[in-house]
Amino acid sequence: MFGFGILTGLTFLPLVGAAFLLTQKGEDEATLRNIRWATLLTTLVTFALSLYVWACFDTSSAAFQFVEERNWFGSGLTYKLGVDGISMPLVLLTTFIMPFSILASFDSVTKRVREYMIAFLVLETLMVGVFCALDLVLFYLFFEGGLIPMFLIIGIWGGKRRVYASFKFFLYTLAGSLLMLIAILAMYNHAHTTDITVLLKTDFPKEMQTWLWLAFFASFAVKMPMWPVHTWLPDAHVEAPTAGSVILASILLKMGGYGFIRFSLPMFSDASVYFAPLIYAMSVIAIVYTSLVALVQEDIKKLIAYSSVAHMGYVTMGLFTMNPQGVQGAMFQMISHGFVAGALFLCVGVIYDRMHTREIAAYGGLVNRMPVYAFVFMLFTMANVGLPGTTGFIGEFLTLTGAFKANSWVALFATSGVIFSAAYALYLYRRVIFGALEKASLRDIVDLTPREMLIFAPLVALTIYYGVLPGQILTSTQVSVDHLIQSHTALLDAVKLAAAAH
Amino acid sequence: MIQAIVFLPLLGFLIAGAFGRQIGPRPSELLTTGLLFASAVMSWIIFVDVALGHDHGFTPVIGNWMTVGALKVDWALRVDTLTAVMLVVVTTVSSLVHLYSIGYMHEDPSRPRFFAYLSLFTFAMLMLVTADNLVQMFFGWEGVGLASYLLIGFWYEKPSACAAAIKAFVVNRVGDFGFALGIFLVFQLTQSLTFNEVFAALPGLESKPIHLFGADVDALTIAAFLLFIGAMGKSAQFFLHTWLPDAMEGPTPVSALIHAATMVTAGVFMVARLSPVFEHAPAALEFVTLIGAVTAFFAATVGLVQNDIKRVIAYSTCSQLGYMFVAEGVGAYSLGIFHLFTHAFFKALLFLGAGSVIHAMHHEQDMRNMGGLRKDIPFTFAMMTIGTLALTGFPLTAGYFSKDGIIEAAFAASGHSTTALIGFVSTVIAAGLTSFYSWRLVFMTFFGHRPGHEVPHNHTHDEPTADELAHAAALDDHGHAHHHDDHAHGHDGHGHGHHAPHESPIVMLIPLAVLAVGAIGAGFIFEPYFAGHAYDEFWKGALFTGEHNEVLHEMHVIPAWAGYAPTAMMVLGFVVSLYVYVLKPGTAQQLAGAFPRLYQFLLNKWYFDELYDVIFVKPAFVIGRLFWKGGDGAIIDGLGPDGVAARVADGAKIAVRLQTGYIYNYAFAMLIGVAAIVTYFVAGGLR
Repeated sequence: MFGFGILTGLTFLPLVGAAFLLTQKGEDEATLRNIRWATLLTTLVTFALSLYVWACFDTSSAAFQFVEERNWFGSGLTYKLGVDGISMPLVLLTTFIMPFSILASFDSVTKRVREYMIAFLVLETLMVGVFCALDLVLFYLFFEGGLIPMFLIIGIWGGKRRVYASFKFFLYTLAGSLLMLIAILAMYNHAHTTDITVLLKTDFPKEMQTWLWLAFFASFAVKMPMWPVHTWLPDAHVEAPTAGSVILASILLKMGGYGFIRFSLPMFSDASVYFAPLIYAMSVIAIVYTSLVALVQEDIKKLIAYSSVAHMGYVTMGLFTMNPQGVQGAMFQMISHGFVAGALFLCVGVIYDRMHTREIAAYGGLVNRMPVYAFVFMLFTMANVGLPGTTGFIGEFLTLTGAFKANSWVALFATSGVIFSAAYALYLYRRVIFGALEKASLRDIVDLTPREMLIFAPLVALTIYYGVLPGQILTSTQVSVDHLIQSHTALLDAVKLAAAAH
Repeated sequence: MIQAIVFLPLLGFLIAGAFGRQIGPRPSELLTTGLLFASAVMSWIIFVDVALGHDHGFTPVIGNWMTVGALKVDWALRVDTLTAVMLVVVTTVSSLVHLYSIGYMHEDPSRPRFFAYLSLFTFAMLMLVTADNLVQMFFGWEGVGLASYLLIGFWYEKPSACAAAIKAFVVNRVGDFGFALGIFLVFQLTQSLTFNEVFAALPGLESKPIHLFGADVDALTIAAFLLFIGAMGKSAQFFLHTWLPDAMEGPTPVSALIHAATMVTAGVFMVARLSPVFEHAPAALEFVTLIGAVTAFFAATVGLVQNDIKRVIAYSTCSQLGYMFVAEGVGAYSLGIFHLFTHAFFKALLFLGAGSVIHAMHHEQDMRNMGGLRKDIPFTFAMMTIGTLALTGFPLTAGYFSKDGIIEAAFAASGHSTTALIGFVSTVIAAGLTSFYSWRLVFMTFFGHRPGHEVPHNHTHDEPTADELAHAAALDDHGHAHHHDDHAHGHDGHGHGHHAPHESPIVMLIPLAVLAVGAIGAGFIFEPYFAGHAYDEFWKGALFTGEHNEVLHEMHVIPAWAGYAPTAMMVLGFVVSLYVYVLKPGTAQQLAGAFPRLYQFLLNKWYFDELYDVIFVKPAFVIGRLFWKGGDGAIIDGLGPDGVAARVADGAKIAVRLQTGYIYNYAFAMLIGVAAIVTYFVAGGLR
């Protein structure tokens, strides 16, 4: 394909779809239908292509695969793509979730449909690009660029306070990303390259690592989001349209975690060890604090958003344990959260489309009219509280096992999250689903439509399948994670040895 | 075959759950019940092979669950004598409860869902008892918790049922919190979670200190302690017992299956399964004994004054579980399991009998509104009497062997352990209390006459004022003292209790009869195997006892008075109960009036719910709100984005009006960034 590799195809295929949409003018039903189906088709083909990439992917190698490289802007800057066991699952998650969010927007979005779909396709390109980029500057472009379509989605198709929400997002992200940009420049200055594969082997001086780590941390912590820079997320979720929330929760939040595991841990190992207690503290606070906050929420989306922050706490905690269970658990937790949180926001979307409110108090007794919906919501609620047999359990269990090895206090407080999550999730479920159907407005609410069932069926199946047999995901991350941990420990041992020799 | 035993109930759940609406209630009932009976028959075959025969058990591996680093967890079905005993208990009671429910639930519109849940529960319970590693046990552990949650909240239109369901799940999660930490610690100590590998590594870990939670502690003691917290939650032991009485909100067959015979005994099973760990952690065992002793006594005292027929039996269950933990605490694991085994029969019998009473009374559960039922429902009366005899330990019934055995073991161990002495004293006292409240239940329900029978809605004509006081207090306390077990009651055209009570249909009576046979016979038939001379051939090493653990021998050489003590207490309890409720009715009310504080204390269950509400539930909401409005709102947003926004807005008034322009600002900022990089590189390239 013009000398480009398959990853370029995967990354830019959605843009091709977007270009096609540009040619579709008019507001009549036929055009709108074309636009919707064309978008869905594009995302499906992208997903199929990513499956093909996965089929060719060698899980027994820790090296980057499907690498392609081109010069760009003369010397220094390169266009370089490639995937390894850490990025591959995230690419798949992205391409997998996209069709659902498009399908979920079929009926609920009626204004500026074409622009809406284009925004999503551009977003997909940028998200896939983040996980495939092997050049730091390229990564930065994708990483920060992905926020623009997201802003547009919230700002144009969002709820009442969309301006406030996107403004908050802006302030948070700006601070982080500028610091990261400075750090990138400093890294280039030191290593004379922005090639990630080279940077991974570069030894940065200890002093410098601290500052670089902090600069990257500023950006990733906001994206995660970690406590206390999480307050943009509930607002963004609440204001975003359903599909926007799904993408935000399922994929955009994973970029922070990906950043930590791709850059912070391997490139600044000393600093990572040094700052691990800080991460633990922030993760544990996130788990306990946001779980308690979730308990008192009156808005369904806000509650799930806070629950997301708590679950991301397990990810950061697991990553910095630097042992196989912790890191693999964190990777798994990211994938699992992609399914579960995405599905939960889709669940909220279902009733929002019918009632146009997210107030918990406006619901109650839905099970009487919507038994299938009640089942789906129950399943994802249980996955969210980490019931064994669902994906939620594997992630929590592994990260906590790892954390216990690293620091028993951290594990103690983090494990208390299993109590809180049960409390807020079941309390929500009771108020929305259980009880008698007393509210007049709900009397005619209808159960899931076939289209909605089609959306949920794969998510239900995978949440259980990977909960019972998570081997497929664990194997694909295993070699890369082992490699990461080995080089990390080797480096630390070398430092210790050097210290002992003096 | 073991695969079929475990997965047939799952099949039933999937079919009844997914297609129940299409195939209708009757096929769903027959399918799930039929599959369960098949499972039960095969379980007995395995029991004969493995426990009574010479088969040493087997552990077929079904597949790998997860492998991460040193952590390797398989899906496997471990079958040894301990599992075989549990298989028999679970599938037998479950199949009988399925059968019984066909009659009991016949008015309910959501029967397919009910039977699906029952089968789901059975599957999860079977996964628990066949687990070959701690994680699969945890799977079953949480799975039964889910099923229990769904079944307690089965009548989801009742707010009290929803509240009870959440309470059950969350309190159990407190226990699971300990269980999970215990699993993490075991993995850290032994690098494995598979039972045989963990057990093999234990001798090397004895009295090894570990630095944990800021202190140096004995590794195995803390591990056993953490794991036991899980058992306390599931088995409703002191401190974590509050969910069990509320769980009676669920349909009565559920109470019989989950909250009497099987799920609540999971904690007892867990301690027995992990007997090697506990044997290496004597201090943890003392704790087990103590908790068991306190629970046995505490629950029995509360059971004395409850008026809801199901709650009396629920507290009785709680108390009997305490007995089992006392047995395990003093090292007599086999007696704990033996009592679990016999208890399953007579307690399921009592619950199903109570269900039959409730059915007869058109969903009346308050015993004060019952009386004289022995003439109306003689069969149920006979069955309940058998269950009561077995529970109170009448000679040669099932309870006599297992319960008295526990008391004797506690006495035998008390020579070298203070906690065992506490266990002995408390179980002997509890034996008397058990006898009193059990007979009280029988007398209040089946003897005397129904208060509302002669003059409806007038409780005062034959009762002194103290009862009114008690009644009012009960109403105050529960807010729902008059339980109506079934929201669908009256659908079959019966009235609301003004009709004569009627005997239950045959599908409900057969299970009672079968369980009654077990309640009478399970003791003397199986005593030699569980704790007698055939001990070694029966258990084949499934239970571990340390080399200094001689409690099963010592218990046979105790003084005669200690051996007779429980029987004496049983007779005493019966006599007092007979006097108070039959020979001289009204004594109970006088007693309650004479000691109002004590009465209120017991009636209100030692005020545990109120206490927990004040120290846990309310603060959680207050703190949550504080974090939300104060932490997120005032501090983080106030100092962060909103504060900045306010400053920016001040300046912006002069410069530009900010509307949706943030996006463009952002894009602009990024472009500047890109421009900066490009400039930098271009400059670098020129250099």
